[in-house]
Amino acid sequence: MSTPPPSSPSAPRGKMTQKPRRPVLVRDDRNAVRIDVEKLSKTYGSQQVLIDVSVDVKPGEIFTIMGPSGSGKTVLLRHIAGLESPTSGTVKINGYDPILPETRDRFAVALVFQSGALFNSQSVYDNLALYPLEHRLCPKPEIRDRVMRALKILSIENAAHKFPSELSGGMKKRVAIARALVMEPQLILYDEPTSELDPLMSATIAEIIATLKEEISVTTVVVSHDRALSLTISDRVALVHQGRLRAVEKPEALKNSSDPVVKAFLNPEIDVRNPRFKQLETVNHD
Amino acid sequence: MKRITALLEALGSALLLAGKAFVSLPAAPRILKRVSEQGYLVGYTTLPIVAILCFFIGAVLALQAGITLRDFGAKQLIGTLVGESMARELGPVMVAILLAGRVGSAVTAELASMKVSGEIDALVTMNIPPARLLVLPRLLAVLLVMPLLTMMGNIIGWFGGAIVSAQVKMIGVPTEMYFQNLKQYLSVGDVMDGLIKAEIFGFVIMLIACTTGLRTRGGPREIGFAVTKSVVYSLIAILTLDYFITKALS
Repeated sequence: MSTPPPSSPSAPRGKMTQKPRRPVLVRDDRNAVRIDVEKLSKTYGSQQVLIDVSVDVKPGEIFTIMGPSGSGKTVLLRHIAGLESPTSGTVKINGYDPILPETRDRFAVALVFQSGALFNSQSVYDNLALYPLEHRLCPKPEIRDRVMRALKILSIENAAHKFPSELSGGMKKRVAIARALVMEPQLILYDEPTSELDPLMSATIAEIIATLKEEISVTTVVVSHDRALSLTISDRVALVHQGRLRAVEKPEALKNSSDPVVKAFLNPEIDVRNPRFKQLETVNHD
Repeated sequence: MKRITALLEALGSALLLAGKAFVSLPAAPRILKRVSEQGYLVGYTTLPIVAILCFFIGAVLALQAGITLRDFGAKQLIGTLVGESMARELGPVMVAILLAGRVGSAVTAELASMKVSGEIDALVTMNIPPARLLVLPRLLAVLLVMPLLTMMGNIIGWFGGAIVSAQVKMIGVPTEMYFQNLKQYLSVGDVMDGLIKAEIFGFVIMLIACTTGLRTRGGPREIGFAVTKSVVYSLIAILTLDYFITKALS
């Protein structure tokens, strides 16, 4: 993967004269990108967060990364987004290093943050319009249409003039997804898209992620603890455990895995009389 | 050793950030709205406190100097003393100190909060350089507004001195004589020297505020530390630079 494939788009994004204008939110298989992670390791000080992680994500696939808290899932996602540089190993998007500004010019990569990371000083509409405005993708009336359409897809068109502080957790997540949509991304990365949401809203978000894949044929990488979401909408699921990739399987195969770590993660046993907490109980009674 | 390394790292980051911001200068016509918003925040909202501070600095200067000059029989020179002191030294330095405390701290807090909440990362993934969107408008705004703010401070300080000189019986220098003396000895060059100082101070304060904000990691506690650090570094920079600029200009 050292040289980019000849089919990779070479014109920089964001220049009206250099890029043929595509219709808003339509299926275009050529857009989905491939991700290759090879022997990726990341160390913060003395702490090894990722150890020799190798994985590939195919164009147009929904790939979910699961794992216990602190296992390195989000760090892996941030490497794919080009927000972290590896201690060793490589991450490539269609053969290009995501950390380089040229790669960001070449491919539209959208990251839906766990917190939403909406711009708090701007209205929902301005949050969504920022990317096309800054990159001068199209005239203002077209940007307006694009923003309103994204809001409509997510059923939040009434929130256009609200500020992030006026929105509920679920609304913020949907605005964050809408902001990603307006970018017409070739790769969407979701960091815990259903955390802090009730089961109904989680199901809605899962439906949205799956529908978007069908609608705009984007490559999707999801980091999630949510077993229902991961095993329902994913094409493949990876399990990261203590910084290492433990398994990469289709959801059905993962459910039937004989690996004790995978089994323990997917079907945790709840022992209401766990001896580990017996002493704690005694201390409290004293 | 660690502190020196950290200081050099911060200095390098600041220079790099300024470089990145000015590389985006061709985009300046597109960010005029942001520049005017920042200009309003830096200039208009700071003006009342600048006016109060400079008025009383001028007044106290006249009061202190007036009594001493009277004893030497040179009270008619009070206009020159207040005028020169305000234009060359106290005006730019006091406005810069106010800017560091009022605007620098607010900018650091805002950018640090954006960094901590992931908004800066969101901009990076959207391929919108924070240096262009957040830093360049602030630097341009401070470069445009700082000389105006300092000039206003100088004029208000001169009037403060004039009022005290005329109203305090121990001094008793009429306003006409005060301004005549001020005009006689204060040159355009003196005022320009002060404005050059103010321009450099403003740029450095804003650069420190932006760099400190964008380098923040952690949570609310770190935002607080970043604000303190920004103000302290700015004050040290103002006083250190003041000496060297004064030496260079004299």
